[in-house]
Amino acid sequence: MASTRSVDRRDFLKGAAVTGAAALVPGTSAAESPQAAPPAQSPPGSAPVAAREADPVVDVEALTTDRPGGDFMVDVLKSLNFDYIASNPGSSFRGIHESIINYGNNQSPEFITCCHEESSVAMAHAYFKVEGKPMAVLCHGTVGLQHASMAIYNAYCDRVPVYILAGNSLDATMRRPGVEWAHSVQDAASMVRDFIKWDDTPRSLPHFAESAVRAYKIAMTPPMMPVVVVIDGELQEDPIPSEVAARLRVPKLTTATPPQGDSGAVAEAARLLVNAQNPVIVADRLARTPAGMTRLIELAEALQAPVIDQHGRMNFPSSHPLNQSESSGPLIANADVVLGLELTDFWGTVSAFRDSLHRSSRSRIKPGTRLISITATDLFSKSNFQDFQRYPEVDVAMAADAEATLPALTEAVRRLVTDDRRRAFQERRARFEQAHARERDAARTEAAVAWDASPISTARMVAEIWGQIRNEDWSLVSESGNSSGWAFRLWDFKKPYQHLGDSGGAGVGYGAPAAVGGALANKKYGRLSVNIQGDGDLLYAPGVLWTAAHHRIPLLTVMHNNRAYHQEIMHIQRMANRHQRGITRWNIGTTIDNPNVDFAKVAQGLGVYAEGPIVSARDLGPALQRALAVVKKGEPALVDVVTQPR
Amino acid sequence: MKNLLLPAALVFATALATAQTPAPAAQPAPAGNAETGKKLFVSYGCWQCHGYEGQGGAAGPRLAPRPLPFAGFSRYVRRPTNQMPPYTEKVVPDADLAHIHAYLMSRPAAPPASSIPLLK
Repeated sequence: MASTRSVDRRDFLKGAAVTGAAALVPGTSAAESPQAAPPAQSPPGSAPVAAREADPVVDVEALTTDRPGGDFMVDVLKSLNFDYIASNPGSSFRGIHESIINYGNNQSPEFITCCHEESSVAMAHAYFKVEGKPMAVLCHGTVGLQHASMAIYNAYCDRVPVYILAGNSLDATMRRPGVEWAHSVQDAASMVRDFIKWDDTPRSLPHFAESAVRAYKIAMTPPMMPVVVVIDGELQEDPIPSEVAARLRVPKLTTATPPQGDSGAVAEAARLLVNAQNPVIVADRLARTPAGMTRLIELAEALQAPVIDQHGRMNFPSSHPLNQSESSGPLIANADVVLGLELTDFWGTVSAFRDSLHRSSRSRIKPGTRLISITATDLFSKSNFQDFQRYPEVDVAMAADAEATLPALTEAVRRLVTDDRRRAFQERRARFEQAHARERDAARTEAAVAWDASPISTARMVAEIWGQIRNEDWSLVSESGNSSGWAFRLWDFKKPYQHLGDSGGAGVGYGAPAAVGGALANKKYGRLSVNIQGDGDLLYAPGVLWTAAHHRIPLLTVMHNNRAYHQEIMHIQRMANRHQRGITRWNIGTTIDNPNVDFAKVAQGLGVYAEGPIVSARDLGPALQRALAVVKKGEPALVDVVTQPR
Repeated sequence: MKNLLLPAALVFATALATAQTPAPAAQPAPAGNAETGKKLFVSYGCWQCHGYEGQGGAAGPRLAPRPLPFAGFSRYVRRPTNQMPPYTEKVVPDADLAHIHAYLMSRPAAPPASSIPLLK
């Protein structure tokens, strides 16, 4: 009779693995099993290991625990105040998964079931841009992180924090044979390290606690970016050792104050702006909090200077008379000072580039124009992925967070404004009020062209949506459809959550999951989330519609279904034209037809109310109205609109 | 995406300005057939940037209604000054260009925005 003894999980699993293997061998009896055999003669040093692996008999107490490491991990996550954790379930994080739903009662964070890791991360990406705090993502450290990598790159380029926990099994002798080996890796974060801000692979629970809190702080410090914490399977699943339990604590989180521009540089920028005859303010990823828009309005009005919103964030109200975004070309060409606030591409803002056989560029600014840059991106750069764009030759470069710097800059401007300058500013304001009114009229006039066309014009589609939402508390959570910017020209954007910017890395497939993530953040505020959805984008991972249905996330999705990867059609046509080989085969490899995708049926199959395809403009309004009624009941809905290309 | 749109927006603004410049010396437009032009507008892919009705968008300026006179239209197609690639006679013969121009000329005027409730 075998004696019983207590063993830890490591010992138990070794024995279980051997037992399992033996049981699968035909004709092997218990008496013949390796566990029953007498210890073999082994070289010194190897015999004890063989003996331990052969012992499967343990106390039941050794097979259960009331306090696995995953519970402590949940304590740490709760301290970081995550509302949600998005995940496609996986065995490498089964320990913390179980701790979240049972020990943590599936609250703070609540588990959001996703059908693809790219969806998990893109949801978290847009969620942050509404809520202002990160959403957590759980994934395999191997196959999951690879699926997630495109979305992580988008978030990195967009300077958005996403908090990623990646499961892994570090101890090779503890891995289950087969799949767990394929799902294990020496250095999980290495595959995404080029486009995250920080990562760690904790060796102990105290180590996890510090790294988890540190990761949050680093992710939230401008420039904000994704972070990865690799969580070992044994740390999640094993009992918390008594000697470790005594020293477990959750470190205090104090997020870093965003860096403000140097006072001397701020004073110089203010002097240049106040003395300029034609200053122009350009904003891209400026407004990282609701305060960003308010602060930009204050600066613009202190100078009565025009603002060009490049729409990386919701920076400036579209109806504000100083919003001159549609006139960026002439304004930049005529400027004597350009202030760039968190610009993705300052060089591209002040330069023209021609994509022809002989690529060429020219400056768009007058000689002597002074350029001022404020961007946190100057504080943190990586070299491999080239999202940093051409080098901009600026005159004042503040490596600082623009939103944090604006109050000091505005105050410095106000101190310098004389009565003469104030009168000049008011005259400037009057000119821009007239220009803004002219532009809004022009937009309406141009929108009327092809008003009744089929396929439906993008202007008509956008106007029809506006007709349904204009009296609601709405939020445009994604616009992957590239509808020629009609929403900015026809809608009245005035609240910080009404536009979330774009993907950052231009990786297609962001739009649909971002819309669901943004809508998830809007849900508790009762806002109406609207998504103008590209067809090619949705086909990357349409399963996110199921996530919206499953978690009852209200979202109105309007398909901008031009039945093509339209950007690429134009590129192929450009190449064929350049090579003078005829331009009539542009459709090969670029269109999404024959058969046409029935997006209404796709959505219905995933549990979402849907209508379409809508091909006649007169049918669009009523279809949107019916879909909106569903959304107002707390469900997602989709209307498939067959549209003009752009 | 944003970077792709930026040059397109410049084209848009520049081309609209071009459309407002005075017509060059009078030159009779070659005869074209609007129905044929409609088919060519599609097969040559003009709609890809300018829309099926020539209404324009982020990728290309509005061409219709009231397109440039044929001489200016033809000159720009052959020797564009911005992002639009040049369309040589080898690719689009003059006769086809005339048909396309006829199609654009045939596009009806847009209704006044003030008559459309959604645009008020």
